[in-house]
Amino acid sequence: MVEIPSGDAGTVPSAEVEDVELYHPKSWWTKYVFSQDAKIIAVQYSVTAISIGLLALVLSWLMRLQLAFPGYFAFIDADRYYQFITMHGMIMVIYLLTALFLGGFGNYLIPLMVGARDMVFPYANMLSYWIYLLAVLILVASFFAPGGPTGAGWTLYPPQAVLSGTPGGRDWGILLMLSSLIVFIIGFTMGGLNYVVTVLQGRTRGMTLMRMPLTVWGIFTATVMALLAFPALFVACVMMLFDRLLGTSFFMPAIVEMGEQLQHGGGSPILFQHLFWFFGHPEVYIVALPAFGIVSDLISTHARKNIFGYRMMVWAIIIIGGLSFIVWAHHMYVSGMNPAFGFFFATTTLIIAIPTAIKVYNWVLTLWRGDIHLTLPMLFALAFIVTFVNGGLTGLFLGNVVVDVPLSDTMFVVAHFHMVMGVAPILVIFGAIYHWYPKVTGRMLNEALGQIHFWITFLGTYAIFFPMHYLGLLGVPRRYYELGETAFVPPSAHTLNVFITVTALVVGAAQIVFLFNLVWSLFRGREAGGNPWRATTLEWQTPQTPPAHGNWGKNLPVVYRWAYDYSVPGAAEDFIPQTEPASGVTREVVA
Amino acid sequence: MAVVLILVLLVVGSVLFHMLSPWWWTPIASNWSYIDSTLVITFWITGIVFVAVVSFMAYCVFRFRHRPGNRAAYEPENRKLEWTLASVTAVGVAAMLAPGLVVWNQFVTVPDEAVPVEVVAQQWLWSFRLPGADGKLGRSDTRDVTPENPLGLNTNDSAGLDDVIIEGGELHLPVGKPVRVLLRSVDVLHDFYVPEFRAKMDMIPGMVTYFWLTPTRTGTFEILCAELCGVGHSQMRGTVVVDDEANYQTWLEQQQTFTQLLALGEPQPAN
Repeated sequence: MVEIPSGDAGTVPSAEVEDVELYHPKSWWTKYVFSQDAKIIAVQYSVTAISIGLLALVLSWLMRLQLAFPGYFAFIDADRYYQFITMHGMIMVIYLLTALFLGGFGNYLIPLMVGARDMVFPYANMLSYWIYLLAVLILVASFFAPGGPTGAGWTLYPPQAVLSGTPGGRDWGILLMLSSLIVFIIGFTMGGLNYVVTVLQGRTRGMTLMRMPLTVWGIFTATVMALLAFPALFVACVMMLFDRLLGTSFFMPAIVEMGEQLQHGGGSPILFQHLFWFFGHPEVYIVALPAFGIVSDLISTHARKNIFGYRMMVWAIIIIGGLSFIVWAHHMYVSGMNPAFGFFFATTTLIIAIPTAIKVYNWVLTLWRGDIHLTLPMLFALAFIVTFVNGGLTGLFLGNVVVDVPLSDTMFVVAHFHMVMGVAPILVIFGAIYHWYPKVTGRMLNEALGQIHFWITFLGTYAIFFPMHYLGLLGVPRRYYELGETAFVPPSAHTLNVFITVTALVVGAAQIVFLFNLVWSLFRGREAGGNPWRATTLEWQTPQTPPAHGNWGKNLPVVYRWAYDYSVPGAAEDFIPQTEPASGVTREVVA
Repeated sequence: MAVVLILVLLVVGSVLFHMLSPWWWTPIASNWSYIDSTLVITFWITGIVFVAVVSFMAYCVFRFRHRPGNRAAYEPENRKLEWTLASVTAVGVAAMLAPGLVVWNQFVTVPDEAVPVEVVAQQWLWSFRLPGADGKLGRSDTRDVTPENPLGLNTNDSAGLDDVIIEGGELHLPVGKPVRVLLRSVDVLHDFYVPEFRAKMDMIPGMVTYFWLTPTRTGTFEILCAELCGVGHSQMRGTVVVDDEANYQTWLEQQQTFTQLLALGEPQPAN
């Protein structure tokens, strides 16, 4: 017999916490613009992140056009090409994915899912968004600055990032990029502290840590990681700014730039790479863990079955979070660092595959003997599993130091990380939007439009990135403006490039269907009611939909059970909300 | 059941694509066929896992799809199953990691008899330096780089005077002899990358990095830069020619030493 984390809370007294602490807005401005309501802030974060993400999408179109039809589009010269790839990568990783998962979903879901009225520090939460917006505006400004944005690649490796051979290196581009990141990190820290403290201190009565939905676990762990990892990027940015503006030499050794001796000396370019990836690898999981958490809840809800192995899932999230801080140098196997590092980092990297694999098994085992409703959130969850398994497995190539040697810096790497931390989390974001849109707006998204969006996005992205691995295997390097005449590259590889570009254009265009759906359903979507998916978690049990400021009316909800009481034997319905007091139903399972 | 059908097709299609793909690695020209072997092992293990997981998922979607009256099972956890799966995964991971680390050990252990060959990168040009008759490369420093001394050799180090300097030309290597490739850059990061050699390594200003290989077949191969180095990155090409011993010696004799290069750079006597 196994003790299961549910149902036995017995007599928890009602929590008559009135919403006296909240600052209630008095005007339209403080209600919808300078709002301190986490739900409004969440929408602000999401709209900003998706808007800037659309810019990154267009940039990817432009770079793909150059790769498929080199030289055909005169305005895409080498400078612009490198600016496009740099901005595409940076926007997607930081300004879209990080901001949307933590600032968007974190803000909306944490207070609602743990039964809080709002974030613990609403004012800092509001500041967080406005500082994030400032970071985005600085980033956008670099497109209009003399010399344009930086073209140093999203990794911003010095010395080239601050030298004249790189677009924006001696102009405004790199300065604005570094400034924008610094501002972003300041803003994120304000939000991040909020998310962590709210989860630790703001949970309602009965909501023990081991009753929290995995969504909250994923976002919480990712936020803790981000608070520890972003400072490394912060100092790296500050030091590079000093190198560029004050002539210091943190990352700058003696250099001859285009025949001219520079005044730098004694700095280490590799130091920057260590700082960058000490941030950069946890960043992968900062994006992945919220996706892991959210997809667990999507699968569970739409398969009408408890998430399989909840405790193992929680520990896997925590272990992955911890391990991800000691794997960073697997991005640097051929960087020229001490080769002995390879043994250590290959071992830690491959070990992280084990908790990750456990998560995959448990998602699939949740489907096993479920009652699978093929709703849009479920379809996106299934697509996520396929994409993530594919991208995760190619990580075993790149993580295993010697296998990485021929593949690093090739298109294999590009294909891998797009699968695993580009497409996979974005599929979860789509699934999550189809899932929670009814709570945010009170209306359902259109099913037919959603189906079109789903199939083109899922199959299209797979068709883009799966074959791309084989270009890398062939040896095609990444970050090449043009391949030109390269003896080992057959003409068929160029044909494949054309195919990938055409597919990318179609997939990109399919997102217009999604955007249209978001707007159209806001006015014309079917009324959703409070709990359209018949889900157990607290956000579906609010007195109003969309939830009002303060979320819960007079009394906070009281939690009596874990988040996954689906299809409990003997229960009348196939779900029991977390707020439902324990009944006479025995819930026991055979181990 | 469109979803199930498409998931199955996706698995079958991916496997077929892998088998029929015309895009595969270049014929190897170095001793690093072990790297290719570890890649093949990894393809097998990951391929099996991919097919197994996605197929099982497709089966679940088919078998347990919602029909009126269906109800899911209630099974919060199953420790035995979870630990079994974790253990099997650990075995699979070890089966990839162990050979990988063994080969990595070979990769980072340079044999004593390996001859040093220096590659020097700058935006966006490859240069090379071979030891002269003394078998040693002279000292060098980015600070010593001048138009007459593009690789920054130390003129006071006699070991460098007979070094062979090839600026912007072809590198030749003798077949069958291990070489220790020493890598330097005078400006930004670059990466010496010859797909047929499998090995590659970044070049970092202020440091000397290295890898080693033994060329195993003669031929002409393209050198690419594999680390973003500015707008000229994709144009930064070079050529390495693997020669048999006789051709190699013939080529070597035609090259300039550092002493000859310095003599060229000196001001011509006025007449």
